[in-house]
Amino acid sequence: MNYFELMGFGPNGWGLPMIQAATMTLRVALAAFVVGLALGGLGAWAKLSGSRFARGAADVYTTVIRGIPDLLVIYLFYFGGSAVLGAIGKWFGATGFVGMPAFATGAIAVGLVSGAYQTEVLRGAFMAIAKGELEAARAVGMPPLLMFRRIIVPQVARYAIPGLGNVWQLILKESALISVTGLVELLRQAQIGAGSTRQPFYFFLTAAALYLVLTTLSTIIFERLETRAMRGVRRA
Amino acid sequence: MDFAFLLECFERLLPGIPMTLKLAGFSLLIGLVLAVLLAMARLSGIVVLEWFSRAYVFVFRGTPLLVQLFLIYYGLGQFPAIRQTFLWPFLREPYWCTLLALSLNTAAYGAEIVRGGLLSVAAGQVEAARACGMSGWLLYRRIVFPQALRQALPAYGSEIILMVKATSLASVVTLLELTGIAHKLISESFRAIEVFIVAGAIYLAINFVITRAVAWGERRLSPDRPADPLPSLPAA
Repeated sequence: MNYFELMGFGPNGWGLPMIQAATMTLRVALAAFVVGLALGGLGAWAKLSGSRFARGAADVYTTVIRGIPDLLVIYLFYFGGSAVLGAIGKWFGATGFVGMPAFATGAIAVGLVSGAYQTEVLRGAFMAIAKGELEAARAVGMPPLLMFRRIIVPQVARYAIPGLGNVWQLILKESALISVTGLVELLRQAQIGAGSTRQPFYFFLTAAALYLVLTTLSTIIFERLETRAMRGVRRA
Repeated sequence: MDFAFLLECFERLLPGIPMTLKLAGFSLLIGLVLAVLLAMARLSGIVVLEWFSRAYVFVFRGTPLLVQLFLIYYGLGQFPAIRQTFLWPFLREPYWCTLLALSLNTAAYGAEIVRGGLLSVAAGQVEAARACGMSGWLLYRRIVFPQALRQALPAYGSEIILMVKATSLASVVTLLELTGIAHKLISESFRAIEVFIVAGAIYLAINFVITRAVAWGERRLSPDRPADPLPSLPAA
């Protein structure tokens, strides 16, 4: 069987499963990005807040995550989560091993890692807002929540786009590590195909090509978003 | 907290440290040589070299490292032609495959860092050196490289940390470095959290030493500037 029959969409073709797996990669990466954005927002707020405790906690979070391999974090959530679920199960009389759902494990673990980077991106974006904007908002009597919604969020979103684009690329590539939990995303699907046809090179090559498509499309989309977000900003 | 178990974890993880450091050290060394070559190819003005360098960086930065590792470790063996060459005894071994994948990967990221460093050297510096009669190797050795190195060092420091973290992928192809042993300990004891704490602390310690060393190097290379305040772990 040649490469095109193998990766085609015919009866023996692996084209469809590979593309479906690529959408799974996209879904788990998106979920991780959202988790990371929530953690990043929280982290940025903690780092910018006056509370010494909150700042310290956020500093520990970003420092520890950046110094530890992501694979180790995934293992922690996969096995640690199972242990916790098992303990809860025992309470209710269940026995034996309770597996963590692979999608949730992957999204939370990768989201936790990316959240550390998103913290810095959002913090940087907040600092880029001109002080006068915030003072003006306060001067016209905006309450904090309204100021957050009308003044801070739109501008943070604008300045954070390039940084968030980098984090998104990181997450897409990181999502390949989730294959160790058995979630059938792109790399795991390639492993399955390689195992059953004994043509690993073709499968991993296809996976690499599909990742390249995802990362390239992402680059284009983020460039568009940036242009759009900056359309009101005068450039020298 | 069970300190006896933590201590046992630590003792069993210790033998994994040399493997982690060896993988990171050698791949960074090989990767740096390749990175300098790639950066010089990109700036050479020779179209073929320039495009090769561009394509290399695009492909290796656009796909996950784990896919690259699988392509080398599982993929190459698919071809009988490769199994007959003198390279096969190396490509059969997970250690050499991991080293190859890590080196090729860091070369792509390193090439961009080195290129940035080379481009940052002010044109006037090169002109002045030419005016004094320096050319070729002497110009590079005395004028370009020292300044490029100073510019590139902070970014390269982040790359070193990323590589230390990336060595954890070796555990997926059965190598027993830190993460590999941690994984084994977790599946033996089902105590993911304790193992994670010990393994994570070892990684943090390694990366802490590296950050300090890089910061020291930065200070040494900029005698004209006052010492920076103590830096934290750099962003990726």
